Parts: sequence; C-alpha cells; structure tokens
Amino acid sequence: MRAGNIIQLGVKELRGLLRDPMMLGLIVYAFTVSIYTSSRAQPETLNQAALAIVDEDRSPAATRIITAFSPPYFTVPRLIPQSEMMSRMDAGLDTFALNIPPNFQRDLLAQRSPAIQLNVDATRMSQAFTGSGYIQSIVSDEVSEFLSRYRSAAPLPIDLALRARFNPELNKGWFGAINNVISSVTMLSIILTGAALIREREHGTIEHLLVMPVTPFEVMASKIWSMGLVVLVAASVALIFIVQGLLAVRIGGSVPLFLFGMALYLFATTSMGIFLATSAGTMPQFGLLLMLVLMPLQMLSGATTPRESMPQIIQDIMLAAPNTHFVILAQAVLFRGAGLTVVWPQFAALLAIGGILFFVSLRRFRQFLR
Amino acid sequence: MNVASNGDQSASSAPVIRLEAVGLSYDRTRALDGITLDIPAGRMVGLIGPDGVGKSSLLSLIAGARAIQEGRVHVLGGDIADAAHRRRTCPQIAYMPQGLGKNLYPTLSVFENVDFFGRLFGHDRHEREERIQQLLKDTGLAPFIDRPAGKLSGGMKQKLGLCCALIHDPDLLILDEPTTGVDPLSRRQFWELIETIRKDRPGMSVIVATAYMEEAARFDWLVAMNDGRVLATGTPAELLRQTGADNLDAAFIALLPQEQRRGYKEVVIPPRASGHDDDIAIEAEQLTVRFGDFTAVDHVSFRIARGEIFGFLGSNGCGKTTTMKVLTGLLPASEGEARLFGHEVDPNDMDVRRRVGYMSQAFSLYSELTIRQNLQLHARLFRLAPDTIDGRVRQMVEDFDLTDVIDALPDALPLGVRQRLSLAVAMIHAPDILILDEPTSGVDPVARDGFWQILSDLSRRDNVTIFVSTHFMNEAERCDRISLMHAGKVMISDTPAGIAERRGGGNLEEAFVAYLTDAIAATDAREARATPHVTPEPAAAKAHGAMHNALSFFDPRRMFAYTQREALELRRDPIRATLAILGSLILMFVMGYGINMDVENLSFAVMDRDDTTISRDYVLQIAGSRYFTELAPITDYDDLDRRMRSGELSLAIEIPPGFGRDVARGSEVQIGAWVDGAMPSRAETVRSYVQAMHATWLTQRARQLLGNAATTGDYQLEVRFLYNPDIRSIVAMAPAVIPILLLIIPAILATLSVVREKELGSIINFYVTPVTRIEFLLGKQLPYVALAMLNFFLLTAFAVFAFGVPFRGSFVAFMAAALLYVVITTAMGLVISSFMTSQIAAIFATALLTMIPATQYSGLVDPVSSLQGAGAIIGRIYPTAHFVTITRGTFSKGLDFGDLTGPFVALLITIPVLLGLGVLFLKKQAN
Repeated sequence: MRAGNIIQLGVKELRGLLRDPMMLGLIVYAFTVSIYTSSRAQPETLNQAALAIVDEDRSPAATRIITAFSPPYFTVPRLIPQSEMMSRMDAGLDTFALNIPPNFQRDLLAQRSPAIQLNVDATRMSQAFTGSGYIQSIVSDEVSEFLSRYRSAAPLPIDLALRARFNPELNKGWFGAINNVISSVTMLSIILTGAALIREREHGTIEHLLVMPVTPFEVMASKIWSMGLVVLVAASVALIFIVQGLLAVRIGGSVPLFLFGMALYLFATTSMGIFLATSAGTMPQFGLLLMLVLMPLQMLSGATTPRESMPQIIQDIMLAAPNTHFVILAQAVLFRGAGLTVVWPQFAALLAIGGILFFVSLRRFRQFLR
Repeated sequence: MNVASNGDQSASSAPVIRLEAVGLSYDRTRALDGITLDIPAGRMVGLIGPDGVGKSSLLSLIAGARAIQEGRVHVLGGDIADAAHRRRTCPQIAYMPQGLGKNLYPTLSVFENVDFFGRLFGHDRHEREERIQQLLKDTGLAPFIDRPAGKLSGGMKQKLGLCCALIHDPDLLILDEPTTGVDPLSRRQFWELIETIRKDRPGMSVIVATAYMEEAARFDWLVAMNDGRVLATGTPAELLRQTGADNLDAAFIALLPQEQRRGYKEVVIPPRASGHDDDIAIEAEQLTVRFGDFTAVDHVSFRIARGEIFGFLGSNGCGKTTTMKVLTGLLPASEGEARLFGHEVDPNDMDVRRRVGYMSQAFSLYSELTIRQNLQLHARLFRLAPDTIDGRVRQMVEDFDLTDVIDALPDALPLGVRQRLSLAVAMIHAPDILILDEPTSGVDPVARDGFWQILSDLSRRDNVTIFVSTHFMNEAERCDRISLMHAGKVMISDTPAGIAERRGGGNLEEAFVAYLTDAIAATDAREARATPHVTPEPAAAKAHGAMHNALSFFDPRRMFAYTQREALELRRDPIRATLAILGSLILMFVMGYGINMDVENLSFAVMDRDDTTISRDYVLQIAGSRYFTELAPITDYDDLDRRMRSGELSLAIEIPPGFGRDVARGSEVQIGAWVDGAMPSRAETVRSYVQAMHATWLTQRARQLLGNAATTGDYQLEVRFLYNPDIRSIVAMAPAVIPILLLIIPAILATLSVVREKELGSIINFYVTPVTRIEFLLGKQLPYVALAMLNFFLLTAFAVFAFGVPFRGSFVAFMAAALLYVVITTAMGLVISSFMTSQIAAIFATALLTMIPATQYSGLVDPVSSLQGAGAIIGRIYPTAHFVTITRGTFSKGLDFGDLTGPFVALLITIPVLLGLGVLFLKKQAN
C-alpha cells in the first residue's frame, strides 16, 4: 500500500467528475433544490388536513364547532350535504368528515347526549390518528364552552404540563431537512463509487490499473476518499447554507461532530457502493441492485417511521445497515446535543460495517474482473 | 482477387456523393476543413490517410449519422442535411462504423442480429428469412447461425456487420476501416465477399476508409487525405504516376507536406547479437486457461529470451489476449505455469509489475483525463522520481507525436492516436518487458513504422523483451520469432523466415493462411456435423417492395424490431429480469412489513417523587398500555437529561412530591411530561397518547370521587375508521408501495436501455436506419411495459394473498390504470435518457427524479393535500400521486372507473406529454 498511489488515483477520480457537467449539475440539485423543496413540502405536524362537515343542525352550537376548525391544522372546513359525504371520501378529497346530526343543540341542552359522527379515511395512517385526536379535543372544548354558559361543572384540578424537548414546536421540517441531507448523501455516495467502478471495468481501465504496481486496496481506497470527500463537502455546504441558512433549522448540537460521523458513514456507504459493484455484472444490474438496496435503507432506517414500531426482525436486520446508525447519530448529535460519550456506539458500528464491506469487496475484487 | 476488374465498366458519369466546402470541428479540434470533392458512382472508392485526418468524420457525415456543421453534402441526389431526404435515402445507404462489431448486439445470435436489421428496413418475414439464409451462406456464417455475436472472432464480426449492412440491398455501401484488427485470412475472405456482392449488384457504390495500403491498391479510385483536407484523388495508377513511387505507401508519403515527411525512414531492425538465449525473460509451460467448459488457452508453452521481439499471430479469439493476461497476472492460469524473469507470475508482486508494460487491445485509458494527465498519472503510479516525470512525459509526447493533442481528451481523438497514447503509457516507466496486445491495430503506416523503430531501439539498445501480437504481416516479419495460434493452441513457433519457407514458399501471409485454412477446415468439419445445416432456398430477393415504408412516420414492423431485440436482450440477461421481478417482491415485503405507522413500544421512564398509591396508579395507567414500555426509574434531573439526550427515552414523566395528597384534597397539582421532539411525527403521537391517557385517568378518578353521574358525556363522538376498520398499517401501506415499485424499476430499466446504447455505440443503428424517433421510443418501451405488468400482477397477488390486504374495488379498473401508469413510468425513463450520456449520471438522475417525488410527494405518508410549496405542485402533477389514489381507491374503498375519472384523466394526459417530450429531445443524428 502506498499513500501516493491512493492520492494520485483519487485526484484522477475528482478530475473525471469535473468532466461530467451533467453529474455535477445533479449533485448540486440533490444538495440544494431537492433538499429545500422536500423540506418545505413536509407538513409541520398536522397540516391542512382535509376536513368536510355535514351540518344537519344549523344551530349556534353547530356553528361554533364549525368555526373552531381553521388552518394550519385543518383546511377551512367544506360544508357539504350528506349525500356527497361518502363519494368525496372515496375520491380521497377529504380525510375527515364530521357529521353533526339534526337537533344536536336541542339534545345537548336536554342532556340527551347526542352523537356526532366522525368518519376517518384510515388509509391515510399518518393523519388518521393525530387528526381524529385533534378533532375530538376541539369538539369537546367547544361543546363544554358552549355548555358552560348554561351550567358549570368543576373538573379535577390536575394539570398535565406536556413539553416537547429539542424541538419545542415539533416542527417536522427540521427533521425532514436533515433526513433529506442523509438520503442525498446515501444515494450519491453509493452511486458515485459503485457505478464508477463498473464503468472502469466496462471500459477496461481497471485491468490496466491492475497490471501496474497498484493494488486493489489502493484502487478501492482512492475511490472511497475522493468520492467521500465530494459528498462530504456537498453535504456540509447543504447543511450550513440550505438547512441552517435558508430553512432556518435550529441545530442544537455540534456540527463538527456530526460531520465526523458523516465521514464514517461515508466510509460505510462508499464501501457498500463498491461491494454492490463487485456483486453486479453490468450497469443495468447495478442500477437495479442499487434500487433494491437504497429503498429499504431509506424507508426502514428509522427516519420515515420510528424504529420502535417496526417488527423486531426488521429492527434487527436494519442494525446491519449504516443508515440506521447514522439516523440515530444525527438525531442525537444535531437535535439533542449529544456528545461523543453518548453516540460512540454508533461511530463504532459505522466503522465496523464499513470495514466489513470493504474487506469483503477486497476479497472479491479480482474475481469481479472476469 | 482483383476487385478493380469490374469497376470501370459500371462507373457512371453522375457522382454519387458531392461535397462542397465541408467543415467539421470538435470543440477546438478541426476535423475537416473545406472539403470539396465529387465521388464517382458505381465504383470502389478508397479513403486513405493517417489517423485523425478526418476519414471517419467524413464517412459519418455522408451516412447521415452526424449533423452537418458547414458546407453541403449531396448524397444520392439530395442534400443529406435535409431530414426528408435522409429518410428517403437511408434505405439505400448502408453504413458500417469503425470498430469490431460496434453496431452489433453482442448477446444476440448471428441470425437475430441480421434479422433485426431486416425488420428495421421493413422486410416481411418470408423475404427476411430468404435473404438472411443467402447472406449467411455467402459469408460462410451459416454454421454459426445461433452463436451470440459477442462470441465471434473479429473477422466473423466484421462479416456479420457486412451482412447487416447488406440486408436491404443498398446503393451506397460505406465501410469505415472494416478490416482493422482482422486477421489476414478473414481479411482476404472479406474482400472476396465484397467482390462477389459487387458482381451481383454492379450499380452499387462502395466507399471504404482503410489503413492497409495493399488493400487500397486494388480499389478503383482513391482519395488521399491529410489534416482534414484532400491531398489528391485518382486511380491507384494515377497516384503512383503522379508521385513516381512504386507502391502506395511510398506514394502517400510523397504526397505529404514537407514537414510531415521529414524524419521518416524505412525501419531496419538490426539482427540480434547471439549468445543471450539462455537468459529467459518470459516463460510459459503447459499454460491452460478455462472459462467454464471453454478452453481459451490449451497447453501453450514458449520461452522468450531477454531482448527478443516475439510475435504472436492468430485469428481473433484464438487465445492470444488470454495468454497475455495470464502473463500480466490479470487472470490466473487453470493449469501450467507462467514465469517472468524466472519467478512465477504473482499478482501481488509489485516489483515485477514495475518492470512490465502492458497495452491491452481495447483502449483502456481514462477518457475523462487529457493526454497529459493520463501520462502524468501513470508516471506517478509507476513511481517515477517526481523531478523526472515532466521530462519523461515530454519525451514520450515527442516520441509518439502527441504534441498537438496533449491537452485534448482521448474520446475526441481518432483510434490511431489513442493507440499511440496507450503505447506511450505502457512505455512511460521504461519497463524491461513490454506486453503489447495488437498495439498497431488502427494505426496508419507512417505511425506504425515510427512505432516499430522505437521497439527496435528498445530491444536492441536497451535489451527490452517485447511480446507483441499483430495482424500485420510486415510487422510479423520484423519479429525475431513468431508463434501462430489457433483455437487456444500454438500451431507453430519459429523465425518468420522459417515459417514462410516451410508453408508459404517464402511468403509469410501465404503460410499463415495455409496454416489457418487447415486448422479451420478441421474444426468446421466438426461444427458442421454438430449444427443442422440449413438448406437455403433459391435467392429471389430483389424486391424493393418494403422500401416505401421508409417514408412513413410510423411502421409497426420497425417498432417491433426494437421491441423484439430489447426483449431478446432482456431474456439473454436473466439476472436483470430476475432482479426486476424478485427484487420488487422483496421490496414489497420489506416495506409493507417494515413501514409501520402504528407507534408502539415507546420507551418511557418516571421520576416519581411522590411514590404513593395514587402516583403509582397514574404510572401504571401508562405502563399498562401497549403503546409504552417502562424503563428503569429516573433518579434525578441529570439522569433525565442524559437519558433523553441519548434517545433512550421517548417520554419522561415527573410526578411532584405530595401528588397523592394534593389529588385527594382536590388542590391544584401539575404533572410534568417531556417528549423527545427530535422526531416530530413520533412526538406528535406520543403527545396524543399521553393526553388521552391523562384524560382517561382523570375520568376514572372523578368516577371514584363523585360516582357515575359525573361521567356521562354531554355528547358522544362516534369515530368510524373507514376503509381500514382494523387500522392495520399494512392495509394502508401495501397498496401505496405498488405504485412506487412500478415507478422506480421500470424507469431505471428504460433509461439504461437507451443510455447504454449511447455509451456502447450501437445507437448508430438508430441514426442510419429508417427508424423514426417514435418507433424507437415505443419499441424500446414495450418490453419493459410487459415486464412491469408482470410485476404488477405479482405485486398485487402478493399484497392480497401474502399480506391479506382485502381487494374491494374493480380489478379491471385497477389493471387499466396500472397499464397506463407503467407506460408513463417507462416513458419517464426514456425522457430522462435523452439528456444523459453516461450510465452513472442516468442511474443517479433516475433515482433522484423518481424516488424522492414518489416517496415524499405522492401521498405515501402525508396526503398530497397537506403538502406545501413546490412539493404540493409536484404532488399534483406527479403521476404516482394519481396512481396512489387509484390503488387505494380500488383496493380499500371498493371503487370503479366512474369514481376515479379524475386520476384516470390525469394519467391519460401524461402519456402523450411524456412521449412528446421524448420525441422532442431524442436526437436522430450525432452532434
């Protein structure tokens, strides 16, 4: 092994990348526009949930309930006749439909406990629960206020002071922005190294390298440092200018520690790129394999849905994926302000995953040339 | 074999090609400069000249494969810049680009390749079969009809390329260095074939670029080119007369401008000093290499002494390259031994590698680095002393005449110049052994002589051992010893003169042909017995009946030609198809099973500073639910902080001292709860759970204190969870995953199918055949649509039977929508492909442009109506969003066509828009 070769070959990779304006354009897009739009697009908590109300009572009490719903949590409720309720839900126009029955106010005052019906489109899981919770509490508040003018009741004076730490407003955009940086980093680092290796083989250049005094280790290491560096720089720029700048996400923790974690993560993902390339024969096969790996990595890393709620077996399998550890690390460092004493197991895991992938690929390298 | 014999009688007066002031530039390189020329019809016209003078560029302009920048090119009586004329004439033109089998499809069989071209030109089945049989019989390819093109030898590839070019009876045949890299026997057969064809079709004009002057000497009319200009035209005899030379090589050199002629001299290699022959540099002993059943190298033995020039000859695919790869350590030997300087070849021995220079057959340097950067990179990798690198690079650049192009990228340079660069790189570290695999193939005579002069100096002066393979007989004659190889075996090893004496009566080429003919006769006899021989029907295919189709914008036959070819390639690459199908099922399983929106098993801990029955009752309320799992109690605030920071706790509860007492008294008391907000969606759920449980606990307390009267609600809220009453995540997720999988995989396959042709060169067939853009796109799309539909059925079945997601709506509507959708997703791939030239960028772009919108803007997790900003706009146009509505509607809501008109209309509008964009952006000519 010689550091000189690794540096030379890495510089070659960087020069090659500079010659591909399309690729550069895509990298810039992935780390700016793409992160910005998808972070902006993500609703903050319950946002603009589509709500329709069938008001068959038209009483002051009903009006009171209707006017209580307002953006940003809900759309301004659309008043619809009963006949349209189901067809609108079928078409996916509304997520919630609240049906206030005839004589609601009269029954309420007569203490006959009238029933309001709430229809929820349960295929929209992300809103179904939180949304119906909100609706229940809004309706309940309005009804009790309405009734308090007529009679008084004293509830128990036990208060629950519920505070969210690290992200007090539960702004989804914060986490979404970091998550988007992570997915761009993953995608780009695997593609850059893996596809570059396959291209070298399809063009015969890798053979040429291996008749020179260059070892497979040097070839792989050069790809890892150069492509890792490109992604690290792009991600740092995105983190500072897009996430902290344009998106104004408040980062509580240490950015250098996070970037150090990202460097380890890049070691793991670039090694994975090489590993996938040595497993795939041709570029189309690599493309497919990449999708097969990228999708579960992104969806099951714990960034989209919490890890705790996945089946145990998936949780265990996903421990072998670098994303899982990096998402944990990113959350802890950036939002909870955790230090190395807290996140060292994730650092160690990333190093181990990267190391294993690297050495397995190294062993397969010569075989891959055939 | 005198091709010129029938040239004169068929020559007609009107020129077939008329060039007026034609110019062409690549960036700053001027490839053609003001060429004005009339090329006579019905003749065999040769284009001669060194590499990089613009021969290939000129031919691609004439063929219509490249867009014209300056001047006018009239071909077959019309301006080739005019698209209508191109469409009209392209059935009359056949073009064979440079490079062995560049326009062929390596995984397709011989028959399938020719058949594909037949379909492109709109022949019907009967006509096609007849013609193919005839052509394959004429070219001697009939016994190999089922062999994949990639497994043919170079000569056979070129013959197959010719078959493909001739399938439509062209009036103008354009051949760009058809015999470069082809062994002498195949070369001879190739020209005999052309001669036969010209006898049958006397009106046909043939224009050939060649680097072999002895071939050019047999042509009717020659155009000598240099530096983007025409030096001279005329019959070979006229050129000889004009220059007073006795052969064309000399004549050409005489035509060159003064400064280029300077320094040229005949190569004379001094004889080797005897007595060094026991100093062995390269040695092979019973070397055998097998790939599966196929034996590429069969017990080959030889010894090469230090300083010797050892030549390797043989047809393409006979095992020369494999032997060389074993010597360099690239391939392990299956049996036997290879030794360099007495040591067995060890791929890990860096010191030996530094003494070896290797040049592989195909250009294998970095096309993204300039010539200077390539040389510098290799100099550093070979660990030349840093201060000597610049000098060495300068010297190599001068020796190999690369000064003018030192800052150019290799791709912009002709083959010959690239070969010179490869050589320079192989020699940059002044190795002791040079292993050169066809180093001069595609290099012009002048440069070849210069190159051999260098080899001679290296061998005789510096005692460098040179192991070289070649197809040029005059080069073989310069070697000290040569070996003839065929089918993995060495037939004979001796001095060139010795071999020539033994078989060829003093002529090495004759000897070579004689040896090969014998060997091939033996193998053919075996093969012929193995392959059932097809009896060709009488050739009557002269009809141009199908030609009028070329004028139409849409011919299903041409479209299906691409469909069939693409489907065949897909079938030949079972890994790709299996990955596409199995992969989506695995993804469906993992994602459907793994993405769970029910938040459960959240970790929480309590700091109970009261520790009474009442406080414990409160905690039990939370700990007892399935949503929460209680961890060890929190000891103090530091503990709380640390455990929340590490992400161990999603929820922390603090119960103040005196809680039980205050509750009993009814005085005001506050419980503290902290939720980890780092992941907002989870925090949201935790918050709603805790609030609900707190409220329930309060009701229970109230009931205990005040009796049941207090708890009768003022009203009731009946919540009905529609479509998914059990609120199972899988019911929501599985149908939404199907659209994502049907987007990403078909899109990436479709993108790569086009970009791959661009990167590997077969896109040229699209440029020069009558296929229209829409036929090309639709044809390529169809197999992937079919594959995606197969995927669709499997995924749906998997969702229903494996996941148990009930299907309530109209399956016909669902299927129709899926069909529209996969047409869209494959079309998206095609649109992306028109912007991409490299496969890496194509993969990245497709991943970026499909995965993010599909998973984030299409209602998979957050409904489209809740999105904001640009994401909301994307969500409204992106087809996946509409298809997700249809999938969920038909799966869970029991809907039919009538209920889904909106999304259906959206999908129906998207198809023509995308195909229109695809046609708009796809270029029918190279730039």
